[in-house]
Amino acid sequence: MADEVILLDFWPSPFGMRIRIALAEKGIKYEYKEEDLLSNKSPLLLEMNPVHKKVPVLIHNGKPIAESLIAVQYIDEVWNDKSPLLPSDPYQRSQARFWADFVDKKKIYEVAKNLWTKKGEEQEAAKKEFIEIIKLLEQELGDKTYFGGDKLGFVDVALIPFYTWFKGYEIFGNFNVEKECPKFIAWAKRCIKIESVSKSLPDQDKVYDFVVQIRKKMGIE
Amino acid sequence: MATNDLKLLSTPSSPFALRVKIALNIKGLDYDNIVETMNPKSDLLLQSNPVYKKIPVLIHGDKPISESAIIVEYIDEVWNNNGTPILPSNAYDCAIARFWVAYIDDKWYNSSRNHLVARNEESKKANFDQMEEVLLRLEDVLNKYSEGKEFFGGDKIGFLDIGFGSYLSWLRVTEKMIGKKVLDETKTPALVKWAEAFVAHPAVKGNLPEIDKLLEFAKGLVQRMVAAAACPK
Repeated sequence: MADEVILLDFWPSPFGMRIRIALAEKGIKYEYKEEDLLSNKSPLLLEMNPVHKKVPVLIHNGKPIAESLIAVQYIDEVWNDKSPLLPSDPYQRSQARFWADFVDKKKIYEVAKNLWTKKGEEQEAAKKEFIEIIKLLEQELGDKTYFGGDKLGFVDVALIPFYTWFKGYEIFGNFNVEKECPKFIAWAKRCIKIESVSKSLPDQDKVYDFVVQIRKKMGIE
Repeated sequence: MATNDLKLLSTPSSPFALRVKIALNIKGLDYDNIVETMNPKSDLLLQSNPVYKKIPVLIHGDKPISESAIIVEYIDEVWNNNGTPILPSNAYDCAIARFWVAYIDDKWYNSSRNHLVARNEESKKANFDQMEEVLLRLEDVLNKYSEGKEFFGGDKIGFLDIGFGSYLSWLRVTEKMIGKKVLDETKTPALVKWAEAFVAHPAVKGNLPEIDKLLEFAKGLVQRMVAAAACPK
């Protein structure tokens, strides 16, 4: 029986992008279903993720998996014949899980949101926090090509989507990430050269336009 | 010195440290339990978990692992031939277990904590309602996935049992502090039964904090948290 894989997603969602990359890495055919989160949530979304009512949701043969990092691990475990995202060594796996969890615990999305929604002291505080997070990640990357070593891994997949939002962060936050964290940008540029990544991520300019649109809707000058 | 060279940095009151202890017990593993005072934090803790500086930390040989859920998965993977499996073998069931543990660590952890330090009735109620919602959802999950067996994991305690069970002592303490049932057999009968079975489980029972001691600790903690929140910055 052929696998039926559906991804409920919203194109600018960094969390959705993670799953897109994982599916692309594994060469999995799937149906992409766009949820327009600027309007009403679809009945399918509410049925498939009744607890959080959020995207992304991966649906495999009718069974939903919510929470992007959980879905990526699921994909890695089920389609384990190619492109492993998690290392095979248990200690390395624990470290990969730790740093992917760090990305979510530090709430890069929320911290960065303050960069393009707030002003003054609040914005400055967000900038400081954002740079601290990126610097810590740079430290963890060290001299490796990717967080996964020689190949794209779990942490790379968890983190690279946020790079598509950087134009918005930088313009509204009035700073340059490359100046503050050159190693991070070098890593990001390496990642987006990978086909599974580049074809899964939207254009930075498109995301920037989206940020502009949202700010307008929120009534921010 | 433990033969597997395992050290656990813990505190007696931490539900997260308890998860690791239970997992180690399920696998029949000896370990050095190093009780941290947290004030000040030991050099070993600061070196082993420089990112969060929190317990629990499991140190296996010279390798530190932090974050309780991640530690439990590590233990299950390394000692996969010991005792009984903690994570389900089926990938989908694994995803479900991970989902619910993440849910609990977000919704239960925050609402149960905030409920204790809430400064007005409105906030207290909102947090209590969230706690109730968590319990009702877990009741559903238990009925759906246990297939009539004792635990979320079936016959044996698994990842989700450990994930929520580790909070039970604090739940009892909360009940004493507010003088009201939180886990209520009229609302979540299966969960009540499950809780009794969980705390009696051999891998769990010797490791639970004494409720009276935990109550004193909780009262002191709540006082400090409320005072800190009230202080002008």
